[in-house]
Amino acid sequence: MSNLLEIRWHARGGQGAKTASTLLAESSMAAGKYVQGFPEYGPERMGAPIKAYNRIGDAPITIHSNVESPDVVMVLDPTLVGPVDVTEGLKPDGIIIINTTLSPEEAKQKLGSDEFKVATVDASGISTECIGRDIPNTPMMGALLKLVEILPFDEFLARMREDLSVKFRGRENIVEGNIEAMRRAFEEVKLA
Amino acid sequence: MAAEQKRVAMTGNEAVAHGMRQIDPDVVAAYPITPQTDIVQFFASFVSNGQVKTELATVESEHSAMSATVGASMAGARAMTATSSQGLALMWEILHITSSYRAPIVMPVVNRALSGPINIHCDHSDTMGSLTTGWIQIYAESAQEAYDNLIQAVRIAEHPDVLLPVMVCQDGFITSHGIENLNLLPDEVVKEFVGEYKPEHYLLNLENPITVGPLALQDSYTEVKYQQAKAMENAKQVILDIAAEYEKISGRKYGLFEAYKMEDAERAIVVLSSTAGTAKAVVDNLRAKGEKVGLLKPRVLRPFPAKELVDALSSVQAIAIMDRAETFSTAGGQLFVEIRSAFYESDKRPLMKNYIFGLGGRDTTTREISRVYADLAAALEKGRVDELITHLDVRE
Repeated sequence: MSNLLEIRWHARGGQGAKTASTLLAESSMAAGKYVQGFPEYGPERMGAPIKAYNRIGDAPITIHSNVESPDVVMVLDPTLVGPVDVTEGLKPDGIIIINTTLSPEEAKQKLGSDEFKVATVDASGISTECIGRDIPNTPMMGALLKLVEILPFDEFLARMREDLSVKFRGRENIVEGNIEAMRRAFEEVKLA
Repeated sequence: MAAEQKRVAMTGNEAVAHGMRQIDPDVVAAYPITPQTDIVQFFASFVSNGQVKTELATVESEHSAMSATVGASMAGARAMTATSSQGLALMWEILHITSSYRAPIVMPVVNRALSGPINIHCDHSDTMGSLTTGWIQIYAESAQEAYDNLIQAVRIAEHPDVLLPVMVCQDGFITSHGIENLNLLPDEVVKEFVGEYKPEHYLLNLENPITVGPLALQDSYTEVKYQQAKAMENAKQVILDIAAEYEKISGRKYGLFEAYKMEDAERAIVVLSSTAGTAKAVVDNLRAKGEKVGLLKPRVLRPFPAKELVDALSSVQAIAIMDRAETFSTAGGQLFVEIRSAFYESDKRPLMKNYIFGLGGRDTTTREISRVYADLAAALEKGRVDELITHLDVRE
C-alpha cells in the first residue's frame, strides 16, 4: 500500500456506507492519521446505488476530488456487482471486499478478472445475527481492518465503541452488537 | 505562542458551526438551504443546549433572514446568518442595503450552483454574482480555512476602518460535507480574539440617536458609495493585520492569497477554494518530475488585491486562470477578466488563458488540472494562446 490509502464504498442508500466512511475517518483521525470521508451526493434515495470515499494517510491531504483509483473497494450489496462497474479504476494490486455468501473464488469468477485480490464476508448474515437487522456497514469495516493496515484492530474497536456509544446513547445492546459484528467479520473474512 | 488546539475530524459545515458557537453572536436569523443547512442545524443544537446565548430567529425566507440580520445589526447586536445559492439570490436587494448601512455582518456562504437547471452542487455562480454588492469576500480551501476565515471575519467586519459585511465562502459538499482533519482553537481564545462587540453608532443607543436607512438622493448618494469604496480599500490592510494577529494564536498563516511553490515557477494556475488543494497535489507531482509549476490561490476577492496579484504573478511566463462560474460575457470568467485587467499597467505580460470548470459540481480531478498545466506548456512552446477560453471537461 502506498502512503495514501484510497477507499471507495459501493452500497445502496440506507446500508450505511456514508456512516462507515465517516466512522472510519473519525477512528483513523483519533489514531493520528490524516483523513477524508465523504459520500458522492446525488439523488439520495433508499435503495439507489451510492458511492462514498475515504482517504487516509500520514501527511496532510489536499486533494478535494472523488477517488478515481482506489486501493480498496468495499461492496456492501452484492447485487451491485454487474449493474455497477465496481472495479472501475481499482489499482492492479488493489483489493475488493464484497458482502456476500459466495466464496472469494466464486466472487472472483463473477467479477471475471484476475487482476485484483478478492475477499468475501457474509456481512449481512453477521449483522442480522448480531444486531438483528441487515445493516452490513460495521461488519464490513471489521473485514477491512483485517485485510488492510490502517490502525490496530483493538484500538479501532475501542474508538468505535466510543463513537457508537454517542450515536446510540442508552442502547448498549446495539453498540455491543455492532462491536461483535465487527469482531466476527474480522475473523470470518476470506481472501482468495 | 499559539494556543493548544483540539485535533478533530469534522465537515466544513460542522467546523463553521463550532466557530459560530465560539463567537457566540447576539442574533442569528436563518433559513435552511442545501448545502448550508447543517451549519444552522448544528448551531441550533448549541442554542437549545444553552452553549450560546444567541437569539436564533428561524424566519420564512432568505430575504427575511438577511433583513432580520440587518435589523439586529443596526440595533447594536453582533448578528450573523448563513446561506447558499438561491438563498443568496433571494437576499440580493438586502445585500446592497447591508453594505450601505455599514452593518458588520458575517455570513458563511456554502457555494452552490444557481438554478437552472436545478442543481445542488458546488460552483461559484452564487457569490461571483454578488461581487458588486459591497461585501468583503473570503474563500476557503478546506474546513480548517473555513473555520479560520470565519473567526477572522468578525474582526475584519467590525474594524472601525472597515465596517462592512463579510461573506466567508467554502465549496458546497466538497468541503461543507466532507470530513477532514482540522484544529479547533479553545473557546476562550476565540472569545478573547473576537472580543465584545461595541458599535459606535446603533439604533438602541438613546444617548446618541441615529437614523438608519433614510433617502439619499443626488446630493449625498455618491458620497455614501465613495465611503463604502474607501472602506473596502481600507479592508485590505486590516485583513492582513488581523491575519497576523490570528497567526499568533493559531500558528496558521493567511494573506490576501496563497502562493504555492511560485518562487521559480514558469507556469501557474490561479484557482479558488477546494480545487486549489487538488492543484497542490498536481504541483507536487510535476515538481517531482522537475517541471517548474506553481499555484496561486486567491483568498480575498473583495477587496480585489490587483497590485499584489500582479506582483505575485509577473515572474511567471504562462498563467491559467480557472473560473468556477460562467458569466456569459464570452470574454472570460470573472477572475480572468479582473486579473487580466490588473496586468494592463504591468511591463510583464505573461501568456494568459481562462478555463471555466467544475460547474454544478462537475468533479475536477488531478487529471484535468494536469491537462491545464500541459496546455500551458504547449502555449509556451508556441509562444501564444490559441484558445483564450476553454470549458474544461465539456461534451460538445
